[in-house]
Amino acid sequence: MIPSKFDYVRPNSVDEAVAALKAGGEDSKVITGGQSMLPLLRLRLAAPSVLVDCARIDEMKGIKDNGDSVTIGAASTHWDVLNNEIVKTHVKLLADATATVADPQVRHRGTFGGALAHGDPAGDLPAVVVALDATFEIAGAKGRRQVTAKDFFVDYFTTAVGPDEILVSVTIPKLGKGWGTCYEKFNRSANGWAIVGVAAAVKVEGGKITEARIGLTNCASVPVRASSVESALKGVSASATEIESASQSAADGTRATSDLGADKEYREHLMRVLTARAVSCAAGA
Amino acid sequence: MTKVSITVDGVLHESEVEPRTLLVHYLREQVGKVGTVVGCDTSSCGACTILLDGRSAKSCSVLAVQADGSSVTTIEGLAGDEWHPVQAAFKECHGLQCGYCTPGMVMSAVDLLSENPNPSEAEIREGLEGNLCRCTGYHNIVKSVALAAETMKGGK
Repeated sequence: MIPSKFDYVRPNSVDEAVAALKAGGEDSKVITGGQSMLPLLRLRLAAPSVLVDCARIDEMKGIKDNGDSVTIGAASTHWDVLNNEIVKTHVKLLADATATVADPQVRHRGTFGGALAHGDPAGDLPAVVVALDATFEIAGAKGRRQVTAKDFFVDYFTTAVGPDEILVSVTIPKLGKGWGTCYEKFNRSANGWAIVGVAAAVKVEGGKITEARIGLTNCASVPVRASSVESALKGVSASATEIESASQSAADGTRATSDLGADKEYREHLMRVLTARAVSCAAGA
Repeated sequence: MTKVSITVDGVLHESEVEPRTLLVHYLREQVGKVGTVVGCDTSSCGACTILLDGRSAKSCSVLAVQADGSSVTTIEGLAGDEWHPVQAAFKECHGLQCGYCTPGMVMSAVDLLSENPNPSEAEIREGLEGNLCRCTGYHNIVKSVALAAETMKGGK
């Protein structure tokens, strides 16, 4: 279908983009790669008055190594992320999860920040940034503010980014020595959405797990941490049987729904199985 | 209306488009590149795949205004005096049944081989995951891409 009519502006800076959003009123929308936006426009599930194209704003592109963290511009494409040496070396979990997003054509166009600001609970990247305790930089008319991953995702397709604000970049702390990571995704068709996904980062010292961070995809209206598994894993030996037993509480605190892809009970089963797999893989067990 | 300059198959086009014009409609209706087809119109099937600044993209999921200043290669711009090796391989291995998905399959295969000149069968299948063949003729499509990889290694 053909989208309904809208105006289009392509600002050169974040300030110009914020001004354009404000001038466009409450129906103005940011677009970067448009790989989530175009399907919505075509179905007329979105009918913005103005599209503010932020894909060519230099500040929103590029990936920087800050020493103890990595900052990724929101308009970096999935392709940029996948092929970046800093990401491959220091945020491998993100590279691994990004490789499972959609298909090559979509990864060439779709952006890292767009996928996060879209707030789709079935998206793969939200669970990763939640597991890695990322910080989001958001720009608005009143200036810049920093939001933690925990507070960024608010509800289905709703994030902390206000209607007149723009996600500029995301900073992800490096994990350092002893950490391993893994992203496990379950779906039933090529380029399908995750029915459940698990992003795990695990620190192993002397054969024991000393810390675990686990983010769950598509298990609630927002990505959530499997906190009770994280606690249960502390101090256990990095063995498949101990990890499997600690992973039994993976569905605690989740609010899985039933849909065409899977019912609630099946999703909860997947959370336990995939958490055990992701943690075992991350811990080298 | 918004002005765009887009190089399509090596020729620069200066055009006026509505911001809501999809790149695939611009290519077919304004530039006349009807070799690029609209399949599902939902970003799923990949029949409309083109190269946008050298990388594969679904032209039903890009606005023409987003491609302003870019270079597009469609299926029609692939062959020189002879078929592109990927096109020749699809012909040789009969990598098509009804042929509707073929323009997109060929463009995705060209992109895949530019990134990975020596793909395994699994890598070919994964590399084409954004393209659907409703005839389910995947077997010969995968064979075609493998043959194209061989030919292209020979410097052709």
